[in-house]
Amino acid sequence: MKEELIVSGRMNQLIDPHLHIWGWEISLYLFLGGMAAGILAVAALYFIRGREKDYRTAVRITPFLAPLLLVIGLLALFIDLRHKLYFWQLYINIRLQSPMSWGAWTLMVITPISFIWCALHIKELFPKWDWKYQWLYDLETFLNKYKKTLAWIMLIYAIILGIYTGILLSAFNARPLWNTSILGPLFLASGLSAGAAATLVLSKDKKERKQFARIDLVLIGIELFLIIHMFMGFLASTQVQIDAARMFLGGPYTMSFWIFVVILGMLLPASLEIMELGKYHIPVKIPAFLVIFGSLMLRFVIVYAGQMSRWLY
Amino acid sequence: MRYAMAVDTRKCVGCSDCVVACQTENDVPIGYSRDWVVEIMDGTYPQLEEEIRSERCNHCVNAPCVRCCPTGASHIVEGGIVLVEHSKCIGCGACMASCPYDARYPHPNGYVDKCTFCEHRIKNGMLPACVEVCPTKCLYFGDLDDPNSDVSVVLKKRKSKTLIPEAGTNPQLYFLI
Repeated sequence: MKEELIVSGRMNQLIDPHLHIWGWEISLYLFLGGMAAGILAVAALYFIRGREKDYRTAVRITPFLAPLLLVIGLLALFIDLRHKLYFWQLYINIRLQSPMSWGAWTLMVITPISFIWCALHIKELFPKWDWKYQWLYDLETFLNKYKKTLAWIMLIYAIILGIYTGILLSAFNARPLWNTSILGPLFLASGLSAGAAATLVLSKDKKERKQFARIDLVLIGIELFLIIHMFMGFLASTQVQIDAARMFLGGPYTMSFWIFVVILGMLLPASLEIMELGKYHIPVKIPAFLVIFGSLMLRFVIVYAGQMSRWLY
Repeated sequence: MRYAMAVDTRKCVGCSDCVVACQTENDVPIGYSRDWVVEIMDGTYPQLEEEIRSERCNHCVNAPCVRCCPTGASHIVEGGIVLVEHSKCIGCGACMASCPYDARYPHPNGYVDKCTFCEHRIKNGMLPACVEVCPTKCLYFGDLDDPNSDVSVVLKKRKSKTLIPEAGTNPQLYFLI
């Protein structure tokens, strides 16, 4: 029997036997960032299109989640850093070739904007809100005057944030599973669908819920299409990418990916939403939470599995 | 100037002297290594073939670690040596994820660390520690732009390969076969 035996003397912690440099922090951040991006992009889009009255929750209420998600995400990112006290180095350097640099600067823009957006709608949550100081009222008037510009900036940066969470991984050619340009659009679609699901949970307006169930359905369709495309690409590619795909087609990540991400996170909520749009009455929170759960699991599975996929030499 | 190293897989006996020399010279923390030995046994008994390689950072010309570093801590200096500036490194791990050779490790102090081709030694005209101690003299180091350097001479004389050239990194660690 022909055999090949490879013995490596290297046993570096977190590197061998396979890379494990990123854990729950990065996975959680990619999910939170994606969901915040989804929420803000939808809010900005409907505001720009002048549909604020029709989709009140999506434009004015759901965005209150975004700063919370972003702050938790940033905290997770900070916890992940190993040389924490030097984190400010991110903000004295602009590295165009590094997706992580893009991400750091995008967060620097979108996080304050998400806070401003909430501040402009604070009366939705607290009708008796008082800014106390005149200059804050002046500032509010000023920002309201340029709200459309603000919405455009928010839309653009939200989309960059949503895509970059995928590109961050796909830029690593050392990890064949990540090294596919599908990951950018897939993570964007997943983030948008998690954002739509959040509105689905919060909205009390039947018409708005119906619209967001439809949006979610379309996005799930896009995600499934991208996933099929991703595997077709892998299987038609080089040996290392075929091996990467095999981790999901019989390998160690088969169960967690197909059951948690695809069935529980996409197919089941999609069927429930189709039934809901028909005549069955289904509590809308169930498919919405399933979508959010699936979106979270997608990040965990891809981050963990990607680090196991490698070149063999 | 283009520094490179060649490893003679036919002379290497896998003694790991290079590993120990590096750990001593560079104060590598216990449990980590900047260079390591890989042994590959191939074939059907009794027709077996073995290749032994002393591996380290490939100091790639197209270094993915330098490309993805968000702060510029990973950089390339004169001679094509890839280095990490510890005071700029935030320990995000992007470079470790980007290296197809897994040549970097997280130093317990927080920053990322790796082989430097013993830059502090070659600056003073000495050889890297691993090359200096190799008992079978299977490691060759020098400037590829100088046709008379040890590494240029041996690469001209012998057939060689690099590791995963298909990863597009243009590695500068050569293996004589």
